[in-house]
Amino acid sequence: MTATVLTADDIRRALTRIAHEIIERDKGAQDLALVGIADRGDDLARRLAAEIARIEGTQVPVGVLDITFYRDDIGLRAEAPEVHETRIGFDVSGKVVVLVDDVLYTGRTIRSAMDALMDLGRPRKIQLAVLVDRGHRELPIRADFVGKNVPTSRGDDVRVQIVEADGLDAVTVTPNEGDTA
Amino acid sequence: MNKHLLSMHDLTAEDVVRILDTAESFREVGTRVIKKVPALRGRTVVNFFLENSTRTRISFELAAKRLSADVINFSAGGSSVAKGESLKDTALTLQAMGADAIVIRHSSSGSPLQLTRWVDGRVLNAGDGTHEHPTQALLDLYTMREKLGHLEGLRVAIVGDVMHSRVARSLTFGLVKMGATVTLVGPPTLIPPDAPAWGVQVSYDVDSLLPTLDVCYMLRVQKERQRLEYFPSVREYARLFGLTSARAATLPERALIMHPGPMNRGVEIDSDVADQPESVIEEQVTNGIAIRMALLYLLLGGSRDGEAA
Repeated sequence: MTATVLTADDIRRALTRIAHEIIERDKGAQDLALVGIADRGDDLARRLAAEIARIEGTQVPVGVLDITFYRDDIGLRAEAPEVHETRIGFDVSGKVVVLVDDVLYTGRTIRSAMDALMDLGRPRKIQLAVLVDRGHRELPIRADFVGKNVPTSRGDDVRVQIVEADGLDAVTVTPNEGDTA
Repeated sequence: MNKHLLSMHDLTAEDVVRILDTAESFREVGTRVIKKVPALRGRTVVNFFLENSTRTRISFELAAKRLSADVINFSAGGSSVAKGESLKDTALTLQAMGADAIVIRHSSSGSPLQLTRWVDGRVLNAGDGTHEHPTQALLDLYTMREKLGHLEGLRVAIVGDVMHSRVARSLTFGLVKMGATVTLVGPPTLIPPDAPAWGVQVSYDVDSLLPTLDVCYMLRVQKERQRLEYFPSVREYARLFGLTSARAATLPERALIMHPGPMNRGVEIDSDVADQPESVIEEQVTNGIAIRMALLYLLLGGSRDGEAA
């Protein structure tokens, strides 16, 4: 049975709150940059940037990061994972970079993203904003800004849909049938 | 995709699009300060070049290094091949050393295919005799798509020694696969008799063709293969088929001038033409690295046995 854990309104409120938290934590939008992890993360990053622009009147740069080349499971899957584009049109050195992703799970994607970012320069700080934290970390990584903590089992299917990519805003969880954990 | 890349016939049109799209992402890596990603860490790529080459060998070497693979360069001169070791024994040695991929250039057509029967690793054909040179064709397709926006419906002339050109064969097969219209142009002695079966047109008159083209692809006059007299003289060839400034001026405005290199300036292409902005010969070289990164990544990025662990 699929349950909706965040509706479109919930997502909008969560992003507005995260935008406020980012500005509060970093004392304004000076030196701030948002980097979304492709795909979905980049759409969320653009929305956060729009919120920050509305609140602070400052346009923060937004980039897209593809972490495929940095994955730790290359050679473990049957086929090479599909590659997307990295587009970061600014120098990350000295910036406070907020990585933006839809779901935080094992933490392996974020590890890859940090490595990828470091190859592009030396950010002053890297922070992490996610729409959903579903637990089950395999690495010592935590998010600085969380839309919602959603307790899940490992086998559950957590699905984030975003208007830009999917035509609607929603986060749903489908439990894995027969999973009693 | 196939396990090896031996011929353009190994690829479907979808494969070609996937390779070109992947190369697009890899080109961004080439613009970074640190031009390296860890995608193929721990994999070994052997460059096995038994025929002279500058750009293809260096291009493959750079591509593998930018993917963090370990690269071994191996040529005929400094190896046991010079002592008369057979291709099979050399291949078995490379196999025993755990090569994940072998990039081979050889003067005999079909040697990459033969190699696949002896080794477990992936084999990439970097030019075999007068057979094929698929990575060159792919980088040319990439360059055309990038500059002109599409491949379908492009009108392309391939001019010169088509008979002995593995570049021409691979490029023709690739272009026809992607829905372009190809005309092969050259002296009748240098157009293969079976060319009409490739789905192309044949012409012996370059001048009437030029104003209709999107791409004018000049082939090198292969002096080293010219033991037999296929045309009376190099000067006559240059007069009848060489891309002079006067001829280049009759090309439509957005048409591209391409050449796989190395060029014989003053023979198949005038020096001024090679250096004019419509000529994308240097971009072909830059794109070659991205294409080879994409191919190495797609062939080696999966598990060794093609199954999920």
